[in-house]
Amino acid sequence: MAKPASGFSRKMNDLGNWIDQRLPVSAFWKAVMTGYYAPKNFNFWYYMGSLALLVLVMQIVTGIFLTMHYKPSADEAFASVEYIMRDVEWGWLIRYMHSTGASFFFIVVYLHMFRSFLYGSHRAPRELLWVFGMLIYVCLMAEAFFGYVLPWGQMSYWGAQVIINLFGAIPAIGEPLTEWIRGDYYISDATLTRFFAFHVVAIPLLLLGLVLLHLVALRESGSNNPDGIEIKANKDEEGKPVDGIPFHPYYTVKDIFGVAMFLLIFAFFIFFWPEAGGLFLEHDNFVPADPLVTPEHIKPVWYFTPYYAILKAVPDKLMGVILMALAVVILFFVPWLDRSPVKSVRYKGWGYRIMLMVFAFAFIRLGMLGMAEGTPAQTWEMRVWTFVYFGFFVLLYFLSPKMKTRPVPERLTH
Amino acid sequence: MRSVGTRIAPLLAAALVAISSVALAVSEDGYIEHSGIITRDVAAVQRGAKLFVNYCLSCHSAQYMRYNRLAEDLGLSEDMVVDNLMFASAKIGDTMNIAMRPADAETWFGNAPPDLSLIARSRGVDWLYSYMKGFYRDDSGNWNNLLLPNAAMPHVLWQLQGIQEPVFHTVGGEDVIEKLELVEPGQQSPEEYEDTVRDLVTFLDYLSEPSKLKRKRVGIWVMLFLAFFAFLTYLLKAEYWRDVH
Repeated sequence: MAKPASGFSRKMNDLGNWIDQRLPVSAFWKAVMTGYYAPKNFNFWYYMGSLALLVLVMQIVTGIFLTMHYKPSADEAFASVEYIMRDVEWGWLIRYMHSTGASFFFIVVYLHMFRSFLYGSHRAPRELLWVFGMLIYVCLMAEAFFGYVLPWGQMSYWGAQVIINLFGAIPAIGEPLTEWIRGDYYISDATLTRFFAFHVVAIPLLLLGLVLLHLVALRESGSNNPDGIEIKANKDEEGKPVDGIPFHPYYTVKDIFGVAMFLLIFAFFIFFWPEAGGLFLEHDNFVPADPLVTPEHIKPVWYFTPYYAILKAVPDKLMGVILMALAVVILFFVPWLDRSPVKSVRYKGWGYRIMLMVFAFAFIRLGMLGMAEGTPAQTWEMRVWTFVYFGFFVLLYFLSPKMKTRPVPERLTH
Repeated sequence: MRSVGTRIAPLLAAALVAISSVALAVSEDGYIEHSGIITRDVAAVQRGAKLFVNYCLSCHSAQYMRYNRLAEDLGLSEDMVVDNLMFASAKIGDTMNIAMRPADAETWFGNAPPDLSLIARSRGVDWLYSYMKGFYRDDSGNWNNLLLPNAAMPHVLWQLQGIQEPVFHTVGGEDVIEKLELVEPGQQSPEEYEDTVRDLVTFLDYLSEPSKLKRKRVGIWVMLFLAFFAFLTYLLKAEYWRDVH
């Protein structure tokens, strides 16, 4: 191995040493990449974390370029988006990357969260990891909501109207609160400019901080795996987990393949189906915001519709708002609601599998109903699936310690 | 056993497709016909541009569309656009604006004619196609439309299409328009008129997103590159993972 070092590589080495004596670059790289051992049996679901990071970076970069041309003003916002779509060089590409990226952020994050339900990734010692993840999810929802208002189309305007009015359901302080949020008696330029500030500065800062905490917590506890067992329990003489492999290069090269596959799907939507039939970009949002004309059918974008359905399922507005908030809040507590002796669905019995399938179906079905017209029959169906949604967590708490499980292996299976 | 998770993935994918089909199925109006318009034929866009300028642009603006962009995308010289598609007062870098003031328009029509820059994105091509075929003369002798009852817009293309009148049938005790019948032929046969409308709507579709033609062209190359890139990264991954057992 010992080749005589050429002049150039010796100089690079010297530079590396010079930096390392002043900033622990090598030590950091070793700690989080080459010296970090991850379970060797990650499957499809384990691509989502790195993909979420990819989408975050993409949203920030495209967002910066959009900010250069977008005008946060009620008079100019809509036209400036069309200016980006038509007159800015490759502006349409940047805008579609950003708008498609928003939906893909949620697709990736929902799959990422579902992975936790499959393999018990949120169970001890990873509860904080999950809580940080949930905070990221809540920030993401705020970010998406503020961002959706910026193009200032009809759905931007009336969607914001519906969401802000939810706060009006709070007794006593409701009305003044909505006025405080809007900064005006109705949704106006004042609302748009503050939402712009939140969308491009405040929430992204919060998101980046939380993502950092999420990653630090991950490196501390180490990744879970599809078997839901701790690889740190089995170490060789050198103190390395026998079922672990260095994150770099093994998972970096694997994640690059995941990135390529993701980009292939992502590019299909950007170049051939950017509206996704009205799911990613709603038809009504190509009509400029008009405070005097209410669209026939106001609905949020698809990633909010499961919660919107829960809101609509309840006849009383305040109760609906509370239940909708509860639907998100309850997710924070999943690590403590699941009391099964095993983590992974592989060693949980059929009871949990059926419960999880029904829960996932309820969430998807609520999402579909949330964007539908809202016939009485649909309202009743929403009530059924809302009941199922919350029922899952109740059953999880009471049944998980009692349900039959299979023996957990000592070592990773595959 | 180990693939419980992997087995759910296609289910979730199927669910996403199901969600999108629900969103697509939301159409209140039974009169919308499938137009089959896919905007990729530049010649059709050119023919549509001519129709648009001749028949629509006096009342409807396209305030986000520039004439020189039209020249560039449709492969026309700027002189051709100036001579054939523009009014004398406009300049080549202008957007397609009109002289009619919204306030006047409201007095004359009851409604200011909407700007058409994005109409194909908010209404969809099938709606526009059916709308342009849906004009008829009602009992009072006025123009009416199947898709937008009592629309303020008259049938601008009536000389081409001729005059249609409704044929009613009874549904649950109520007279409902079953179809329209051509009572006075126009300059074009029904087939020719369909082609005319298709060209016009193809132009409106282009107008709503001028980068559409380029987007699809570029997209094919991007997809091919990414497929190749995915293949390479797969080989790279396989090479590194050979020693993982």
